[in-house]
Amino acid sequence: MNDHVLRLDDVHTDIGEYQVLHGISFNVPEGGVHVLLGRNGAGKTTTLRTIMGLWRARSGAIVFKHHDITAMHTSDIARLGIAYVPENMGIFGGLTVQENMRLATADGSFNDDRLGQIFELFPAMEKFWPKPAWSLSGGQKQMLAISRAIVEKRELILIDEPTKGLAPSIIRAMIAAFQEISRDTTILLVEQNFLFASSLGRNVCVIDDGRIVHHGGMGELAEDKALQTRLLSLSLDAHQ
Amino acid sequence: MTDTAISSAPPADRGRTGRMIVYAVVFAIGLALAFAPFLFQDVRSSQVAARICVFIVLAASYDLLIGYTGIVSFAHTMFFGLGAYGAAIALKGMGPGWSAVLVGGGAGVIVAIVLAVLIGVLSLRVKAIFFAMVTLAAASVMMVLASQFSQFTGGEDGIVYKAPDLFKPAAKLLTDGDGKVLKLFGVSMNGKIAAYYFVFLCCFVLFLALIRIVRSPLGTVLEAIRENEMRAEAIGYRVVAYRTSVFVIAAVIASLAGTVWAVWLKYTGPETTLSFAIMIDILLMVVIGGMGTMVGAVIGVVLMSLAQFYLKDLMEAASSATANIPLVPNLLDPDRWLLWLGILFILLVYFFPAGIAGTLMKKGSHR
Repeated sequence: MNDHVLRLDDVHTDIGEYQVLHGISFNVPEGGVHVLLGRNGAGKTTTLRTIMGLWRARSGAIVFKHHDITAMHTSDIARLGIAYVPENMGIFGGLTVQENMRLATADGSFNDDRLGQIFELFPAMEKFWPKPAWSLSGGQKQMLAISRAIVEKRELILIDEPTKGLAPSIIRAMIAAFQEISRDTTILLVEQNFLFASSLGRNVCVIDDGRIVHHGGMGELAEDKALQTRLLSLSLDAHQ
Repeated sequence: MTDTAISSAPPADRGRTGRMIVYAVVFAIGLALAFAPFLFQDVRSSQVAARICVFIVLAASYDLLIGYTGIVSFAHTMFFGLGAYGAAIALKGMGPGWSAVLVGGGAGVIVAIVLAVLIGVLSLRVKAIFFAMVTLAAASVMMVLASQFSQFTGGEDGIVYKAPDLFKPAAKLLTDGDGKVLKLFGVSMNGKIAAYYFVFLCCFVLFLALIRIVRSPLGTVLEAIRENEMRAEAIGYRVVAYRTSVFVIAAVIASLAGTVWAVWLKYTGPETTLSFAIMIDILLMVVIGGMGTMVGAVIGVVLMSLAQFYLKDLMEAASSATANIPLVPNLLDPDRWLLWLGILFILLVYFFPAGIAGTLMKKGSHR
């Protein structure tokens, strides 16, 4: 049995004339939250976009379950069961909350149980169900983006910096929601907020200058402040 | 309700009030078109009413492209022309029968589908500006072809033909006890009435079909694609396939509108179907009415058509009425109607930046 839901093998990605990823390799085990950490401009978002086919890998292989998705079309990758929550949330402001969620269903119909779970996690979604998405606050937009990603069962959810610009109370709600979601879905999380990442992550990969410079258990990194400082140029204390 | 009254209402109510105003206006236009032969009994008015019906479908189908999907095409009149020329050539060759309308209209639709698929698949992957250029080139080629293949198309002169017998002025739609044409509210129930209601009903059905499309899940996907292609791709929608499908649907509707227009006019030529002036008119109608609203097309077409047909008359009357005032009669000279039409459009765009329906329906939005 293949216990890796996703495998990146020596992935190189160029954006225009610049090479951003210089041979990224890591595995994402099935289940739980796995974190990709790194400084600004290290290549975290590019890694997620390359997995989704939004940037094309110049070389290397990306394998999701048993499918080589390296050269696949973005929409086909999404249909295989990978949801992507981009940094800017990726919601459609002109559509209602309901329409945004319906877009992510396979046949346009909702599973009542699943919708009930989403409303429990994010009560604001039920409250603003018929409202246009542009009228939501930043935190609610993030909730909508995540709700849309889990409106149907996904094998893997790629989430890019979900806490960016959010109030602490909303971040706490996000932590609870991600713990719940990760019970039956694998999450690959890109994050700069180390506290948030360390409270959720099972494994961590640290990326720098388009290369993986560290991978291992999150607990190990959370306990080793010297390692944090060396890898992230940030200490845990700085975030506390 | 005036704009001032709308502005003093709370934001949520403003949007609702604006929508109510737009729907009320569109409903009134629908009623006026439904009873046009009884309300306006002169020949010119029935010509204007029929043109409005056909152009509502043409502009609404263009709104499906530009307003709902964000596709800028200059080939819409090409598809309109294909339907019109199909029916015209068949009516000329096969004689004035329904089979000719069906065969010609059907052929026009098939050619429109083939061309739309080709243009869509080959060029909808490229940037919007390049796609617009491709459609402009295709439309220009079609104009040249219509002009060059004069043995089929009549060249620059176009084709004159007869419509099915039912639409002849002498045809008796309803008769009284003496076998004479029945008059209802002073209007003879003859072939002219049949022809108008053929146009009205065909256009009504096509417009309802467009409304059904934009209210369906497909309409939601199209709006998502217009808002952000990448995001739509990332949740599993093949954007090129959707854009091509919509391009084909709009082409088919435009082609059918062309067939109806050809049957009504009994003349088809480059100036009535394929010209670039018509393409600009459609674009203006959609922009003035409000892109991405569908009902905006109705308002835009009515405003533009009334201005194009009646502004000159209005200015002539105004010029005569102000004959004693210096300069004013010169300014209102009917020959300057295009200048005033231009000023009218500038004012409309200034005061209704999202089009009339678009601005009224979105009042209270804070996007």
